[in-house]
Amino acid sequence: MARKVSNTRKAVVTAAAWTMGFLIFFPILWIIILGFKSEGDAIKTPLQVLFSDWTLQSYHDVQERSNYGRHFWNSVILSVGSTLIALAIAIPAAWSMAFVPGRRTKDLLMWMLSTKMMPAVGVLVPMYLLFRDFGLLDSRIGLVAVLTLINLPIVVWMLYTYFKEIPGEILEAARMDGASLRSEILYVLTPMAVPGIASTLLLNIILAWNEAFWTLQLTTSQAAPLTQFIASYSSPEGLFYAKLSAASTMAIAPILILGWFSQKQLVRGLTFGAVK
Amino acid sequence: MITLTQVRKSFGEVDVIPGIDLAIEDGEFVVFVGPSGCGKSTLLRLIAGLEDTSGGIISIDGVDATDLPPAKRRLAMVFQSYALYPHMSVRKNIAFPLKMAGMDPAEQERRVNHAAKILNLGNYLDRRPGQLSGGQRQRVAIGRAIVREPTAFLFDEPLSNLDAALRVSMRQEISELHQSLKTTMIYVTHDQVEAMTMADKIVVLNAGRIEQVGSPMELYRSPANLFVAGFIGSPKMNLIEGPEAAKHAATTIGIRPEHIDISADGPWEGVVGLSEHLGSDTFLKVNAGPLGTLTVRAGGEVMMHPGDTVRMAPQPGKLLRFGADGKAMA
Repeated sequence: MARKVSNTRKAVVTAAAWTMGFLIFFPILWIIILGFKSEGDAIKTPLQVLFSDWTLQSYHDVQERSNYGRHFWNSVILSVGSTLIALAIAIPAAWSMAFVPGRRTKDLLMWMLSTKMMPAVGVLVPMYLLFRDFGLLDSRIGLVAVLTLINLPIVVWMLYTYFKEIPGEILEAARMDGASLRSEILYVLTPMAVPGIASTLLLNIILAWNEAFWTLQLTTSQAAPLTQFIASYSSPEGLFYAKLSAASTMAIAPILILGWFSQKQLVRGLTFGAVK
Repeated sequence: MITLTQVRKSFGEVDVIPGIDLAIEDGEFVVFVGPSGCGKSTLLRLIAGLEDTSGGIISIDGVDATDLPPAKRRLAMVFQSYALYPHMSVRKNIAFPLKMAGMDPAEQERRVNHAAKILNLGNYLDRRPGQLSGGQRQRVAIGRAIVREPTAFLFDEPLSNLDAALRVSMRQEISELHQSLKTTMIYVTHDQVEAMTMADKIVVLNAGRIEQVGSPMELYRSPANLFVAGFIGSPKMNLIEGPEAAKHAATTIGIRPEHIDISADGPWEGVVGLSEHLGSDTFLKVNAGPLGTLTVRAGGEVMMHPGDTVRMAPQPGKLLRFGADGKAMA
């Protein structure tokens, strides 16, 4: 029998959950609201901001002042490019660690993860010098390489976890059926791991899209993604809240929309396992 | 013909299989049977090539296959978990080994349809494994094995995930399949009933060693040692030690439940402790004092109740004698 929960209790828990959800969402909501206000209104007290006039002026100014399109494409190229390269490296790596583990596999995984525990700023200077000497500063190639490398441990870990869930007997069956290693990965492992690979892909695109340390340090204009676009509105000559908010909204909108839609696709993929 | 010569397997320090010699003739239905952990599945996986040997030679049709990868051994395997590809339809599952062999699609189609007909899967070809019952999944796994026309089939406890009724019917289906295909089959099970009913030759394994190899009736009539005597036959053989065994100049004597008659002038006496009526038979657990508890198979109509005193007689010539080393005596 289901446990009995009183209606009062249900109401309290529901209210608490909604409050929590609202608090988490509030900063994003506030950014969106401020983007539609004039600069003058944006620095008023919160209540005054809410009841002031709505305007598209900030969006207009942002479009005038900077090239959203170029930043957007840079973000797409950097996040998608680095994710695809990371997957190409991580799928075979995770395969071998999940299905032919050695004595040191666990240590290797821990070591890979430990690189994420190091503060990025610790290697800023050597990285910067390397980029300078190889002529990679403000280049997409250099940045794709950096984003690939910093997210690789997470990609390997996620794929490893998903691959671990796949019963080994199915891969043995494929081997008995005459599948080469390539066919085994191509026809059996990958289709079964597609939901896992897809969620890894999505998460990594989001991580790379929002990555703001290396993208800010190593780019100026040519390879600058949307993080640089936002940052350009928090300038030393004064804060422009409304424009900053409008720019932020424009920068996060694509990834929010992508996340929203693909998450539903992902859940479908997981429940049906329906992948050709 | 599959020949194992001094095949060994150890995992680290542990010798799972200390050294096995075995010959499997073409077309034979061989069952590896033994308690769990006896190494029977490991032995099958060594033959399949899914595990590397630690020593010895495995030859298949005269070719040394010891170091060949599984795909090159021309063997097909049916797994306990069925190991179907969940993302492929039944049709694609069965066709997979043919696709891997690069077979022409028309021939693939023909073979899949032929296998589906044999296994009654015709209506399910476009379903996915998740939409099938356990028995149907097992048939798909068998279908995937037979389309390749392998040198031999390897079965790893294929029926242990099925319910009792289905197990009996699948058992018969596999036996019929063997009769029609006449391909070598190696079948691993811990269930001695499956071994007895299906095998041409039973290999009884215990702790990685072969205890006895023989036809089901050879093993039943003349087990080589106490282990085989106790393992083959259901209910288990009665094993009696002490003075009664000494009378027959043996350390242990064995008598099967079906070889003890209830008879008023029998030499053994006991008190019925439990009587199980199966309809066709009645199994009595008789507390026979110094002989220990004896299991007796009586006719289905024999009405005995706990507390009744019975006299029993072993059938002449059915008593088996075992020496101090546990081996059968002539």
